[in-house]
Amino acid sequence: MANLEELRKKIASVRQAIQSESSGLTDTKTVYELRKSFLDKTGRVGQLMKYMKEVDPSQRAEFGKNVNELKNWALDYFNSLDEKMRAAELQRIYERENIDITMPSHRRQVGNLHPVTQVRNQLIEVFSGMGFEIYEGTEVENDYYNFTALNTPKDHPARDMQDTFYLSPEFVLRTQTSSAQIHVMEEKKPPIKILSPGKVFRSDDDATHSPMFSQMEGLVVDKGITLGDLQGMLDVFVHKVFGESTRTRLRPSYFPFTEPSVEVDVSCFECGGKGCSFCKHTGWIEVLGAGIVNRKVLQNCGIDPDEYSGLAFGIGIERVAMLKYGINNIKQLFESDLRVLNQISDRQ
Amino acid sequence: MLAPLSWLKEYVDIDVTPQELQEKLFSCGFEVEELHEAGEDISGVVVGLVETCESIPDTHLHVTTVNAGEHGTFQVCCGADNVAAGKKYPLALVGATVYATAKDHVTIEGVMTIKKGKLRGYESFGMLCSGVELGLTEDMYEGAGYNGLLALPDDAPTGADVKPIVGLDDWLFDIAVTANRPDCQSIYGIAREVAAVLGKEIREPALDFHPTDVVKDGFSVSVEAPDLCPRYIGHYVYDVKIGPSPAWMRRRLALSGMNSISNIVDITNYVLAELGQPMHAFDEDFIRGGRIVVRRAEKDEIITTLDEQEYVMNEDTLCICDAEGPVALAGVMGGLNSEIRDTTGAVLLESAKFMRDNIRHTSRALGKRTDASARFEKGVDEYTTVMAMKRALHLIEELGCGKVSGTHCDVNTGSSVDPFPMSVSIEKVNSVLGIEVPTDEIIRIMSSLGFSPKADGDRLDLMVPAYRTDIENYPDISEEVIRMYGYEHIRPTMLESARVTAGGLTLKQKTVKALKERLCAEGLFEAMHYSFFSPSDLELLGYAEDAPQRKCVRIMNPINEDLSVLRTTLAPSMMRAIERNQKAGTIDGRLFEIASRFEAKEIPLKDYPDEKETLCAGIWGSNESFFTLKGIADTVADFLGISFTYKPAKKPFMHPYQCADIFCGDEKAGYLGCVRYEMMKAFNFRTKAYILELDLSMLEKYYDTPVKFTPIPKYPVEKRDLALVMDKAVTCAQVEDVIRSSCRFVTGVKLFDVYEGAPIPEHRRSMAFTVTFTPVDEELTPEKVDSYVHKILKMLRKTLDIDLRE
Repeated sequence: MANLEELRKKIASVRQAIQSESSGLTDTKTVYELRKSFLDKTGRVGQLMKYMKEVDPSQRAEFGKNVNELKNWALDYFNSLDEKMRAAELQRIYERENIDITMPSHRRQVGNLHPVTQVRNQLIEVFSGMGFEIYEGTEVENDYYNFTALNTPKDHPARDMQDTFYLSPEFVLRTQTSSAQIHVMEEKKPPIKILSPGKVFRSDDDATHSPMFSQMEGLVVDKGITLGDLQGMLDVFVHKVFGESTRTRLRPSYFPFTEPSVEVDVSCFECGGKGCSFCKHTGWIEVLGAGIVNRKVLQNCGIDPDEYSGLAFGIGIERVAMLKYGINNIKQLFESDLRVLNQISDRQ
Repeated sequence: MLAPLSWLKEYVDIDVTPQELQEKLFSCGFEVEELHEAGEDISGVVVGLVETCESIPDTHLHVTTVNAGEHGTFQVCCGADNVAAGKKYPLALVGATVYATAKDHVTIEGVMTIKKGKLRGYESFGMLCSGVELGLTEDMYEGAGYNGLLALPDDAPTGADVKPIVGLDDWLFDIAVTANRPDCQSIYGIAREVAAVLGKEIREPALDFHPTDVVKDGFSVSVEAPDLCPRYIGHYVYDVKIGPSPAWMRRRLALSGMNSISNIVDITNYVLAELGQPMHAFDEDFIRGGRIVVRRAEKDEIITTLDEQEYVMNEDTLCICDAEGPVALAGVMGGLNSEIRDTTGAVLLESAKFMRDNIRHTSRALGKRTDASARFEKGVDEYTTVMAMKRALHLIEELGCGKVSGTHCDVNTGSSVDPFPMSVSIEKVNSVLGIEVPTDEIIRIMSSLGFSPKADGDRLDLMVPAYRTDIENYPDISEEVIRMYGYEHIRPTMLESARVTAGGLTLKQKTVKALKERLCAEGLFEAMHYSFFSPSDLELLGYAEDAPQRKCVRIMNPINEDLSVLRTTLAPSMMRAIERNQKAGTIDGRLFEIASRFEAKEIPLKDYPDEKETLCAGIWGSNESFFTLKGIADTVADFLGISFTYKPAKKPFMHPYQCADIFCGDEKAGYLGCVRYEMMKAFNFRTKAYILELDLSMLEKYYDTPVKFTPIPKYPVEKRDLALVMDKAVTCAQVEDVIRSSCRFVTGVKLFDVYEGAPIPEHRRSMAFTVTFTPVDEELTPEKVDSYVHKILKMLRKTLDIDLRE
């Protein structure tokens, strides 16, 4: 008959074997193999039950309980060991996947709208909020719409202000988007609120002039329109495009199609109006021409100037874009240099 | 318009600084583009009295002691031949700035600062100056033209600043005059505005003269073209003594940028600057037949002008003739035959109004622009035409250079030179402004401008000066009032009396805006190119003479040949943009442009050409291929809710096997392709480039394609991969078509692999597709799908000789 004490030693030696044999293990696979060798049906823990028949029947229950305790302990032991190994394995994977997070990002290149389109969109947003419709005229224009109807007949010295590209004696490349005014007023009756953006052309090609540039014509025709309305409307535009603190200044000028005519200056947003090289030390920057629609222009379009009056303004889009983004050469806007275009992203 | 302050002061008392005057003029509509002091570069030059003067042996130099009054007495070396003790000259003190001259002592080479120096062992503390070194000419100051020291008057106070003494303290205003104010294209015209803005009286220049009893017998003026010459005044002047003009006149002409020629010619130029009326003086001895005829030239009639140029005139040219032929090109330049000579003994003075459009036309047609023609082009008024003749005759008497005869001819069409009456409503005047300007302010302003206003309740009676041809209606009065009252008085309002309008973008505008944003998201940058281009680029791209792209609208007056025709395609500009980028080192990139191309119905233009909105994309670099560009095209199609099909095409500048026409349904919508190697060379491309053009004007009809939701299928879709083997000539699109048409449940056919080589026979290749089957009413069982696949394979075999890959 086997002594219970001896058998207990055997149990203890199996426990010790589990501990010692598992001590050097580093991965779940070997832990699993070891576990099998102890805990399978034929494993070394199960093998202990062979001794049951050698145990005194009065002590069999005790012995069975001891083996069972070992089995439960071993199960827990291997479970926790397995957990540790899993964690260690993940840790090794993590370490293998260590990256230098200062390396450059991978991303898909996204393009930008042209600076002129960006400004055009901003202006459209400002004025369509005030109820302006957008009317796009044609680039080729009849002499009548470009000049005559705008109170600039053939012998008028104002034609000298603009060097015109002629396509035929009758057709020109429009020199101003003001020609859209006439088309709109011929088609629509007041109230009219129109914004007309587009390309215009002058035969000027030097460091500061481009033979093509963009304008945005604004026209309001209704009853009782005044210079005050012009100032109010342009204040809104200037605040939204150049910032709330920007001030405007009207000063007398001349356009054949408006009377009175004004130039509109904004306070320099570089220096706030104190004077700097940006504003040529005047504190002001010229941004647009405007005025009260000339009575003759209304008459030319069949609108009674004694009943209705109007205001009109013309903004040079490139000029606004150049001021806003600090681009110093208008030609750069038409050269499609990606080193230029990729700097001007549409944030505002 | 150049106006010296000293000259303006002859007509107005100016008690503000030049800078204040600049501000005032600016606020009332006259921008002073440049304001500078005549002697702005000169400083630290004082009157020096030479007390001792000894020559330095063996040189042309002198060593002098110069008394500079309060500044001290200095030893100065001098090389001029006219230096002498007891005389006064300009002394540039150490630290002074004067002009540096070249070896000829005449040509100004820049500004220099005077430093202490040493010549031949003699120390020199300053420099005695010539007129040139102070920027003076003989016309600006008598004696300044001498090539030596400028002798100053004996009474010039020693040590005083030299600038006021020689007139260098004057200020020059370069004033921009708007096209509606030709009356201000003169010193006196500007002076009228200055008087108004300063609230001062205006002094009219002296106009009196005393004609003698002498008359030129039989002399006559006739105007045969009154439509081009509504007024012609001629006056005979005799006992003329040609000589130099007085210093004051020469100085003013010089400050205004004109050379002095002789007293008679100078008077005409002086009146032009002073009053803005071009005048002409004919040598009366050379006016044949004693008469002047103003008429249109005959075809091919010839005139030789003062500058010895010969011009061929035509029926549109107005000329001044004598009994035998032309003696002047009206309003542009006098004839050589009747020019003023040193021996001229009698002259015919001319003051006339020629119509501005005719003078402009002549000046352009003959390529001849003069001070006179430039002035006539802006428009002169008869008030001034009359005044100018009086002024010129007064000056002839004042200068004593001739006698004013009793022969005065004035041919006119009856226009008045008196003020014309006008009545406006004060309320209307204010209604333009949106503010109420006090009536007494309106009266004050209109009175200062010479309109003699009288208010009676709301009614304002005005007498408009005849030279104010721009005043027509009450808004003109509003403008006069507000420019003098001040624009700062305008109060911003927001269309208080106007009705609300809807506003916003049209469908087309919204679609194009969103399309641009979509293209940006695809990595394309928006470009903007000129609407015109070079016809040679079309030739370079290989478009045949009769290709529609070559039917361009030409600009009659282009800047140069490279910008001479309107675009019929956007591709050449895109090619040039890629060229510039590659040259700048940007060897990969994506650009697009949306702009109009111009299609003329007939050339020359009889009607508006069609302006067709077009999209052009250009991509280049090693990451790009035909298929990346095709992806951009498909993105556009997806965006518009349509689909494109592609058919192989040939374009002269495209790769023969990498070019396709793009179709939307049966309609051709554009093309895309890879640029030919020959073109890459011609445009200096380092990397391959791909170009696409899409006709947006054609696609516009799809802009309103509604966005519709399709419910998610109730049953799962089934997918099958099919590796197929076919002849190389069979295209992907053909296979796709057969698969789609063989089974109605097929909703997707996607190529995922292409393979050529063993074990596939040489003339064949393999393409593998994922085919998606979407159930319609009931679930698709694997068996059903298998049967569809079987049917598809059978169809492929039958129509395209395609096998399933083993």
